Amino acid sequence: MTNTLHRYGEDENLRDDFIVFAMAAKGFNEQGALEKARTFLRAAIKYEPINMGNALVNSLYRPEKDLSFIKLYFIGRQEKTTYENLIAEMPGPGSAAVVFDRRDRATDFVRDVKKLDLGLSINISALIDDTRDICGEVEITPHAVEYTLGFHGATEKLPDQQTLSISTMCGHGMVSSHFARKMMDRVKEGRMTPKAAACCMAKFCVCGVFNTTKAMKILNTVKKGQ
Amino acid sequence: MKILKEKCVGCANCVPVCPVGAIFIADDGLSEINTETCVECHNCYRSLSFEHLPPGLTRVIRKFLKTISLRFQPDPDVCPTEAIAPDDLEWPRIIRRAFSDPMVTHESTGVHGRGTEEVKTNDVSNRIKQGEVGLVVEFGRPGIGAYFREVQAVTRILATSGAVFESGNPITQMMTSTETGDIREDILDEKVLSCIVELTVKLSETKRLLSLVKELCKDVKTVISIGVSTVCDKNGDDAIKDILIEEGFEIGWAKLNLGLGRATDSAAAAQEVGQ
Repeated sequence: MTNTLHRYGEDENLRDDFIVFAMAAKGFNEQGALEKARTFLRAAIKYEPINMGNALVNSLYRPEKDLSFIKLYFIGRQEKTTYENLIAEMPGPGSAAVVFDRRDRATDFVRDVKKLDLGLSINISALIDDTRDICGEVEITPHAVEYTLGFHGATEKLPDQQTLSISTMCGHGMVSSHFARKMMDRVKEGRMTPKAAACCMAKFCVCGVFNTTKAMKILNTVKKGQ
Repeated sequence: MKILKEKCVGCANCVPVCPVGAIFIADDGLSEINTETCVECHNCYRSLSFEHLPPGLTRVIRKFLKTISLRFQPDPDVCPTEAIAPDDLEWPRIIRRAFSDPMVTHESTGVHGRGTEEVKTNDVSNRIKQGEVGLVVEFGRPGIGAYFREVQAVTRILATSGAVFESGNPITQMMTSTETGDIREDILDEKVLSCIVELTVKLSETKRLLSLVKELCKDVKTVISIGVSTVCDKNGDDAIKDILIEEGFEIGWAKLNLGLGRATDSAAAAQEVGQ
């Protein structure tokens, strides 16, 4: 889950973006970890996470490998699975992740996870002050912290800031900057809605940590030429 | 990865989805993959939706529409003829996929993605201890990619810095010597979407190591993402935040391990009790 560490953007842009994930440590607490990871994800459902995933199975948003003319033009595309389906499909614990776009929901979820006492390692990726506030509210003393120090080296090869703000939401790099740019252009040209473009990009992020609400916000600013 | 020319209709939907820009429309009007640039992340094959239109008929329709200035354009995340297929990868090319495809589990560490747990499970593994700092230097991220030869140029210098390479890390596993920082010769010309070098240093050495890494970043031809981690004290505070601010880094986004994990596997739990 280093893939959630280097999300790019101004603080304002990064607010309302909370990734909570559970992970078992190799050789330490793997026994029964799959069922615990499922319990973790099930506990999130009532707080309506905007995305969810496990890199071993894919995210809520996923591609369709059996499209047909009838599906495309009459039935309509099925671009998102249900929370329950995703949880049932998980073949292993991997990194089970949920994304929230509201701090209160993330806080309530963490409170529930603490009570569940699963024994898995639980991490939150977000703005550090917000995360520390959540820990205070839930009465958790954090064990460790990892800060991003940003991008270095040949940064002239990187795309513009808006594109980076979107593409870095998949830290594995599966939302290509070229594709993010294409989606931004289509929104600007009025050929796609911000919501459709955000959901389209979310399908490429297999871990399910792509924040569709944040993507929509950025696409809305793009649409208005800001 | 390969494009099946007999199926491709040249709609170009696969071109922008490639994270490293390896897919292009060739002179024959059909997609092609620059295999040197491709990092075998399988993103195009895995994440594009597939429609199963007949390629011959689709090409005829495309040509006809073009004559009347119209365009056949499927949804941007659809390959209309399922024209992308994975190759059977052999060593050393298979290493590209191991590091670039997030759905593949690293054989060396048993962890998927980039193959390392870092401090995410530190509450259980105690990998980084009090008074230590973990440095995560990720080559090629975001979206640029890196050759192992570029990585080796840096690991060779880091090896002489007094820092310790994390043993449970795929790059360390690919080293022939952690004392020299040499990476095995047969993979040096392989390119991956990104890979992480993990180091542990004493807290007192953090500034020196960060300065060295920043200096090394000036000479690389790719992008490097840096992360720094440490264990919190009994109040949940950490000792590196102030150091990082002093060094001119902006602190904002971070990952917090909540400390809710514990060893439960029988052998590991027994060991923990013994400690």
